Amino acid sequence: MATPTTQRDVDTAVLKPDEPVIVFEHVDLAFDDKVILKDLSFTIEPGHTKIFLGASGAGKSTILKLILGLLKPDRGEIHVMGQRVDQMSEVDMMKVRQHLGMVFQEGALFDSLTVRENVGYKLYEETNQPLEQVHRRVEEVLGFVGLSEHIDKAPSALSGGQRRRVAIARAMTAKPPILLYDEPTTGLDPITSVTVDAEIVKLRDLEGVSTIMVTHQLRDAFYVAEHTAIRENGQVTLVPAAADKVAETEFIMLRDGDIAFEGDVHALRAAGDPYLQAFLS
Amino acid sequence: MKGALLEVQEYARLCIAVFRGMVTRPFYHRDVIEQLDAIGLGSLTVVILTGMFTGAVLALQSGFTLDQFGARTAVGRLVSASMVKELGPVLTALMVTGRVGSGIAAELGSMMVTDQINALRALGTDPVRKLAVPRVLAGVLMAPILTIIANFVGLFGAWAIAVWQLRVASSIYWNSVVDGLYMQDVWMGLIKPFFLGFAIVSIGCHVGLRTSGGTQGVGRATTNAVVAGSVAVLAVDFFVTKLLISLMY
Repeated sequence: MATPTTQRDVDTAVLKPDEPVIVFEHVDLAFDDKVILKDLSFTIEPGHTKIFLGASGAGKSTILKLILGLLKPDRGEIHVMGQRVDQMSEVDMMKVRQHLGMVFQEGALFDSLTVRENVGYKLYEETNQPLEQVHRRVEEVLGFVGLSEHIDKAPSALSGGQRRRVAIARAMTAKPPILLYDEPTTGLDPITSVTVDAEIVKLRDLEGVSTIMVTHQLRDAFYVAEHTAIRENGQVTLVPAAADKVAETEFIMLRDGDIAFEGDVHALRAAGDPYLQAFLS
Repeated sequence: MKGALLEVQEYARLCIAVFRGMVTRPFYHRDVIEQLDAIGLGSLTVVILTGMFTGAVLALQSGFTLDQFGARTAVGRLVSASMVKELGPVLTALMVTGRVGSGIAAELGSMMVTDQINALRALGTDPVRKLAVPRVLAGVLMAPILTIIANFVGLFGAWAIAVWQLRVASSIYWNSVVDGLYMQDVWMGLIKPFFLGFAIVSIGCHVGLRTSGGTQGVGRATTNAVVAGSVAVLAVDFFVTKLLISLMY
């Protein structure tokens, strides 16, 4: 596991059955004197959900940037889909990013492009797929997030919640097996937040996507953990999740770069740590 | 000092990445065409106005000075040499810095602070290839064209002053213009804008892609791009002129 990934590995790597999609091993990161992450280790299994909680500046979003290779750790190993990425070049990292979809805080939609161009960006710009096929895929994912009628609008013409859902659509267009969400509901009203949470649950349960969500909105984190999406007679509905499904979602609470808590939703609710209690209340 | 060296290192890395991006795939043709339009056609009005007034004021000033030596008819020679060799390239480059350099820094800076650059990388696009290469190519190609236009308009502006204000015959003015130009001067006026265009746009891209600190940072980046770009235009102009003189004259 300690061997750096080569160009050949990147092109040919296939995840072995039951191998974690993401592995962090003893990762350290500091910006100048400020320690962001200290000896952080965790794994994420295929199709499971990991939710990172913590106060602002706790290093939650940094974890997503490390997974994407937008930042490099000072020490430790990071593996994505079986490939070691912490020492990988930007060129090789581009190939690993094919497995990842990212929903940035505030959406980070391209202002100069329409909703259609934003959602289909990767397919239009980075693949040779026929235009008709790309158009169909864009319409399909916009239908999935319920925004088909906004396809030709500019992002500035959408509401905050609609922009987040377009960002989710953009991240899922190329069908990545892992989706990363950076504060997907921050700044949204509770009703709109639930529509965004519902998209996250639908993608995880209906498309089999492994999910990593960073948030400090507990209500949304619990919603994602405790609901599941089912398709009946062509209709998608969200229902309370069974115990085994709930156990597939794990929470990690970060505090000063350390893991203050790791466990499922029941363990989090039962935790007696005063810091956790203050966060939960 | 450390910060300045870091900036120079990062600028050099960007330039190398841009050159690599020009000769290897993927290459974003559509973005190059969009930038040729934005930088070239978009700057046309300001370059025409600058060229015209510069030529006109040059004729006005030099006309009265030449009068003292009874050489008013040589106004065309003086205007053409000044415009083609020096004022055309430099003033065009300074105007492009104000319009294009600041615009690029503001646009890329806004994309930086709103995570759009990270979003590009996450979607598998190299921001240098997608954003910097098309802009630098467009800047390098359009700066000479804009300079030629500024030179011609400047010569016409000077012609208007020469004919109507200084009462120099039109044919005498144009003969004087041609007499005042040597091939080396024309080459110098044509070669310099390639370097100036590269400097303006690459500095705008560098400053834009290094933006941090929210909207305030975008404002700072815009100012820095104009200041650094303007100084770079004058400095690059000096060194390229010195080099070309040693090579051609």
